[in-house]
Amino acid sequence: MFDSLSDRFDGIFKRLRGRGKLTEKDVDDVAREIRVALLEADVNVKVVRSFITRVKERAAGAEVTKSLSPAQQVIKIVHEELIETLGGTTGKLTMSPKPPTVVLLAGLQGSGKTTAAGKLARLLKSQGTQALLVGADLQRPAAVEQLRVLGERVDVPVFSEPTDPVDVARKGVAEAERLGRSVVIVDSAGRLQVDAELMDELRRVHEAIKPDDTLLVVDAMTGQEAVSVAETFNEAIGLDGVILTKIDGDARGGAALSVKEVVGKPILFAGTGERLEDFEPFHPDRMASRILGMGDMLTLIEKAEEAFDRDEAVKAEAKLRKGQFTLEDFLEQMRQVKKMGPLQSVIGMIPGLPKEARAAEVDESQLARVEAIICSMTMEERRNPQLINGSRRLRIARGSGTSTQDVNALLKQFKMVQQMMRSIGKGKRPSLPMPGF
Amino acid sequence: MSGPVILLVFVGIFLLAAALIALGLGLSRRSGGTTAPPAPPAPRPPAPPAPPPEVGVEAPPAEPVAPSEPAAPPREKVRLRDRLGKTRAVFAGYVGSLTGRGAIDDDTWDELEEALLLADVGVPTTTRLLDDLRERAAAAKVTDPGALVDLLRAEIVDDLADADRSLHEGEGKPTVWLFVGVNGVGKTTTIAKLAQREIGDGRHVVLAASDTFRAAAADQLAHWADRVGATVVRGQEGADPGSVVFDAMSAAEGRDADLLLVDTAGRMHTKVNLMQELEKIRRIIDRRAGALQEVLLVLDATTGQNGLVQAAQFAESVGVTGVVLTKLDGTAKGGIVLAIEADLGIPVKLVGVGESPDDLVPFDPAEFADALFGA
Repeated sequence: MFDSLSDRFDGIFKRLRGRGKLTEKDVDDVAREIRVALLEADVNVKVVRSFITRVKERAAGAEVTKSLSPAQQVIKIVHEELIETLGGTTGKLTMSPKPPTVVLLAGLQGSGKTTAAGKLARLLKSQGTQALLVGADLQRPAAVEQLRVLGERVDVPVFSEPTDPVDVARKGVAEAERLGRSVVIVDSAGRLQVDAELMDELRRVHEAIKPDDTLLVVDAMTGQEAVSVAETFNEAIGLDGVILTKIDGDARGGAALSVKEVVGKPILFAGTGERLEDFEPFHPDRMASRILGMGDMLTLIEKAEEAFDRDEAVKAEAKLRKGQFTLEDFLEQMRQVKKMGPLQSVIGMIPGLPKEARAAEVDESQLARVEAIICSMTMEERRNPQLINGSRRLRIARGSGTSTQDVNALLKQFKMVQQMMRSIGKGKRPSLPMPGF
Repeated sequence: MSGPVILLVFVGIFLLAAALIALGLGLSRRSGGTTAPPAPPAPRPPAPPAPPPEVGVEAPPAEPVAPSEPAAPPREKVRLRDRLGKTRAVFAGYVGSLTGRGAIDDDTWDELEEALLLADVGVPTTTRLLDDLRERAAAAKVTDPGALVDLLRAEIVDDLADADRSLHEGEGKPTVWLFVGVNGVGKTTTIAKLAQREIGDGRHVVLAASDTFRAAAADQLAHWADRVGATVVRGQEGADPGSVVFDAMSAAEGRDADLLLVDTAGRMHTKVNLMQELEKIRRIIDRRAGALQEVLLVLDATTGQNGLVQAAQFAESVGVTGVVLTKLDGTAKGGIVLAIEADLGIPVKLVGVGESPDDLVPFDPAEFADALFGA
C-alpha cells in the first residue's frame, strides 16, 4: 500500500504542478453534463445554449486552479457565470422622487401577484413606508376580496371599484396621493401573454399610471415558457424587475435564469411561502446552486478553496517539504481540516487520491486523541520533540488521558511521516518501510 | 496503532494539496455572499382549535342570479379547436420546413430534440422518444424528414393510447371527486367548469370549499357555485379543512346529490404537514366506502419538470387517479404529462383552456401531439 501511495503522491505532485490551462476537451466533456443539468432545471433551451457558449469563452485558456480537477474547474466557472447572470441582491424598489411611487404587478394567472402585493405592502410597512393596495383584478372572482383580506391583515388600506381595470388603477394612484401614501401597489389580473385583448388592457393600465416599478411576477416552477412570457410582457409594458414566487417548493427554478437573460432586469424579491412574511430579497448565489443542482460538488469546491488561508498554506507547504513541519504546525492544520467538516468527506475532496486511501475509514476519535496529546505538550516540546523524555512523556500522557505508549507511537510516527514528506518533497522515493500498513 | 499514521499521512497529503490550492487561489476569488441552503419551508400556522364550525350551506337561488362582476365586454373565448386550428397550420409549416431540407441529418435530430424540450417534455423522455424513433426510422428506412416527424407524432400518440380517461362514478351517492395540487394551478376554476358541465347534464352537484387557509378562497368558490347553480358548503376561515369536508359529505348525502366536488388549498408537496392534512381529508372521505372515485391532480401547463415530482409526491400521499392540465390555451405545451403518464401511469383526463366555465375539454392524444410541435 505504501509504495502505491507514494507513487500516487508523486503523481499528484506532477499533475498538480504542471496542469496549465483548461483544454477544449476538458470543457466540452463537462458542457454536456451542464447542459442536461440546466435543462432539467427548466432553463430555456435557447438560454442554455447561449449560456454555455459564454461559459466556454470564459473557460477557454483559463488557468487550472491546482486544487481542482478540470471538471470541477469548469463547474466552478459555470457557477460563477450563473451568479453573475442572475444579478445582484438588491431587494429594493426604485422610488420616485415625487410620491407616490407606483408599483404595477403583472404576470400569468396563478403566479402569485395578489399575495406578492400583500407581502410587498407588509415589507414596506416594516421599513416605515406607507403603502396603498389597489385591486385592479376585476376578472377573477373574489380577487379584490382576497386583496382586502390581506390588506386588513397587514393594516394597509385597499382601494378598488367595480368599474374597469384602467379606471381603478388611475383612481387608485390618485387615492394614494390623496391619502399621502408613499407607495401604491397595483395588483392586476393574471393574463396569458398571447391574449391580445388583455395584453392591450395591460398596456392601457400601464399608460394610465406610468409606474416607477413594473414588476413581472413569475412562478419558480415555470418551464420553457418563461422566456416567451417574459419577452412578451417586456415588449408590451417594459419591465423594471421581477418577483420570483413559490421558491419554497422544490422546483429548481431555471425560469429565473431564463427570465433574467431575456429581460435583463433584476429579480428583486423571492416569495418563500404562503404567509405574508415569507418574502425576501432575491439571492442569486443560492439560486445559482439550486439551478445547477450540483450542491455537493459546489460545496466541495468552495470548501477546498476557503479552508486554508493562502499565506498559511504556503508556509505550511514549504515547511512540510523541508521537513521543518512541527507538531505545532500539525495541530494548527488539523484544526483547519476539522473546520471543513467530517474527515471522511474531506478526504473525498482531495483530487487524485488513491482509492485505497479514500476507502480507508478514518476514525475521528483518533484525531481527537492526537489533538489532545499535542495540546498537552508545551510549545517547546511541540517544536522540538527531541526534548520529550520519560517524565515529560508521562506528563503528556496524563494530561491527554492517553498512555505513554500512545505518546511514543505518535512521536515515532510523526517523525517517520516528516521524513517521508521531506523525501517526497525532494522528488525522491521514500525509503522507509512503514509498520501498520 | 495504524490509525493516527494513516491520519498523519492523509493530513500530510492534504496539506500539500491545500498549499497548492492556496497557490492557485489568486485566480478567481469567490464573490461575496455565502451559499446557504434554502430556508426550510415554514409550517403553516395550525388551524385554531375550532368549535364545531358553523358550516354555511349555500344552495343556489331558485332563479339564476345575474353575475355580480362588472359588465365588461364579453371576451372572445379561445377554444381548443380554434387554437389547434392555428397550431395545426403551424405544425404543417414546421413539417414543411423540415421536408424542405430533403434529407435527415444531424440538424433534423437537433430540431426535433429542441422542439420536444421546448414543450417541457424533459430530457429523459425526449431521449427515450428520440432513441426509439431512431430505431423505428431505421427499421422503416425513413429518409424524409417529414415522415420522421409523422413517425414521432405517431409514437407519442401511441404512448398515450390505452389510458382510461373517463371520470368514474361510484354506486352510491354522492360520488366524490377530490381536487389537489400546488398553489395557483387552477383547482377552483376547474371545479367551477366541471360543476357547470355536470349540472348541464342534469346532475345535482355540491361543492366543498375546504380551502380554509387562502384569503377569500371560499368566497371565490361560492361565487362560482352561484354562477353555475351548485350548492356550496363552506367553513369559517381558519377552520379545520377536514371538518368542512365531513360536513359537505353529510350535506351532499342529505340532499341526495349526485356529485361532491372537493376543493382543497394549494399546497407544496414538499410540506409534510400539509400533505398529512391532505391524507386526513382523504381518510374522512373514505369513511364512506366507495365514495371517492377520483383524486384529480390539477397541473398548470406552464409547469416545467417539477410537474413530474408533484405528481409523484401527491400520488404517494393520497393516490392520484388523473391529471387536469390547465391553462393550455396559452403557449405552454404541458409536455411533462408524457413523463407523468409513462413513468407514473397517471392519465390526463381533462384539459382547461380558459378562465370561463365553458373552457374545459377532454384530453385528446392526437390533438395534444400536434400541439407539441406548434410554435
